[in-house]
Amino acid sequence: MRSRFGFVVFLVLALIASACTPQGSPAPTAVPLTELTATSTPEPTATVAPIPTAIAMHPPAITLNVFAASSLTGAFGDIGKAFEARYPWVTITFNFAGSQALATQINSAAPADVFASANNSQMEVVTKAGRIDTSVPKPFVNNRLVAIYPRANPANIQTLQDLAKPGLKLILADKTVPVGAYALKYLDNAARDASLGANYKTDVLKNVVSYELDVKSVLTKVELGEADAGIVYTTDAATDTTSQTGQLAIPDALNVIAVYPIAVVKDSPNLSMAQAFVDYVLSVDGQAILTRYGFIPIQ
Amino acid sequence: MVEQDIVVEDRAATRKGARALPSGRWAKNAWRLSVLPLLAFFLIPIVVIFTRTTPSRILASLSDPQVYQGLAVSLKTTLISLGLILVLGTPLAYLIGRFKFKLKNLVETLVDLPTVLPPSVAGLALLLAFGRTGPIGSVLSHWGVTLAFTPAAVVMAQIFIASPYYIRSASIGFGSIEDEYMQAAELDGAGPWQLFRYIILPMARYALLSGGVMSWARALGEFGATIMFAGNFLGRTQTMPLAIYLGFESNLEAALTLSVILVGISCCSLILIRIITSRMSSKLE
Repeated sequence: MRSRFGFVVFLVLALIASACTPQGSPAPTAVPLTELTATSTPEPTATVAPIPTAIAMHPPAITLNVFAASSLTGAFGDIGKAFEARYPWVTITFNFAGSQALATQINSAAPADVFASANNSQMEVVTKAGRIDTSVPKPFVNNRLVAIYPRANPANIQTLQDLAKPGLKLILADKTVPVGAYALKYLDNAARDASLGANYKTDVLKNVVSYELDVKSVLTKVELGEADAGIVYTTDAATDTTSQTGQLAIPDALNVIAVYPIAVVKDSPNLSMAQAFVDYVLSVDGQAILTRYGFIPIQ
Repeated sequence: MVEQDIVVEDRAATRKGARALPSGRWAKNAWRLSVLPLLAFFLIPIVVIFTRTTPSRILASLSDPQVYQGLAVSLKTTLISLGLILVLGTPLAYLIGRFKFKLKNLVETLVDLPTVLPPSVAGLALLLAFGRTGPIGSVLSHWGVTLAFTPAAVVMAQIFIASPYYIRSASIGFGSIEDEYMQAAELDGAGPWQLFRYIILPMARYALLSGGVMSWARALGEFGATIMFAGNFLGRTQTMPLAIYLGFESNLEAALTLSVILVGISCCSLILIRIITSRMSSKLE
């Protein structure tokens, strides 16, 4: 009995031990470092940041914490994968949320290496508090606004004037969220337009039923059909590949060009790789990925 | 002979131990120090909230719309929720507390479910069910009734999350009433309403009260389901927790003031529950 019991105990311990030992950590196939600079885009002259020789010599594994506005979710996901493929010792962890939430977290000493905000105001919140130097943030991409409605278009929205129709259920983002602030600016622009009228802004704001905490919530609630319309970025509307929403374009004259700044956090423990990430985003490859997602690249 | 020596030595050892009793007592009670970290962990954050603002700043910020509108929405909705929880929850609690029936396990699990469910899941579920594209919501919107993004949605989210606390406490209170009292009253000719008003309610009142206070406090703190189902609109659906969350990003004074108020209310609720339950246990003795 005792020997059988001992045997069972041994079996269990062996099972636990085998589960715990790393099953041969996936060693990247030995690729000469020079090949890592080759990119998949057919550009003959890819202006890609060369890997500094200092970190080309078997660097230790590091993690980069990138805080990015939620509208960047898709594009930065792809950028992260491409960056990790080029620098295999780097793992990127993304924190996607409303830029105002990210700024608050960074000011509360959250571990962050890079901050990509959807507007300059939230970047200023961080530079004023000191974790990013004022001269560091650079614009890396632009975005525009678009009005969306559920596929079934229950309120029969055909023109921008319809957003002021009484009884319409409109969802915007809160004014502290960049896209919410941009939407309010669009309404200011529109009020100066003769065809929409001076009361446009007040009438539209009367239709708002909820001010959401990030742009994705606006998109989801319109997709679900719970609201008649919403204002989001053109990039968010572009992520709707199953056509749950219809889009109503806002003319450039009234539209707001959203400027997204990116910056390395001053006290990042991985300054060189954080800068390499920022450089990648600003490079031809990074801008190509952003353009694929509907963003407007920086000239 | 050897045994006697050992016994004598043992007695000497205990006598020695008796003289060394102070260190012995310390050794016995030293484990109590291990409770301090957790207690401090609870106490320090709560105290810090009060130290980050002053009474004069609190009074000044009471005129901020984000503060008094948040307070107004919270108080209005939680009082309506509490009323509905008491009215709708009491029969259910009575059923669970005093009767055995076939589906009792299922019913009890269903009643406990909202407490284990993450609030954001609850909010999403409410939106999918009662939003205008949901099975119930689409019928209601035919008759012109909208629930999502209204104070009604806030009330519904609060009831969903908070009623299990009342129902559980009330069912225990109802279950503890001795059958003899009920039978004696019925023998004396008491009808169902008289039974409820003169026997059941008074005998279970402490459980009902403490359950009610608990569920009201829980409804007051509700956030995840509210933001999903009711959205966020100042003065209409922006409750105190939501105002605090937003204030943290843009209006720290408002967030601190509302936090102080919420902590104060929570503390008072708990003290109230303690008083009620201690009265209850002293009555039992």
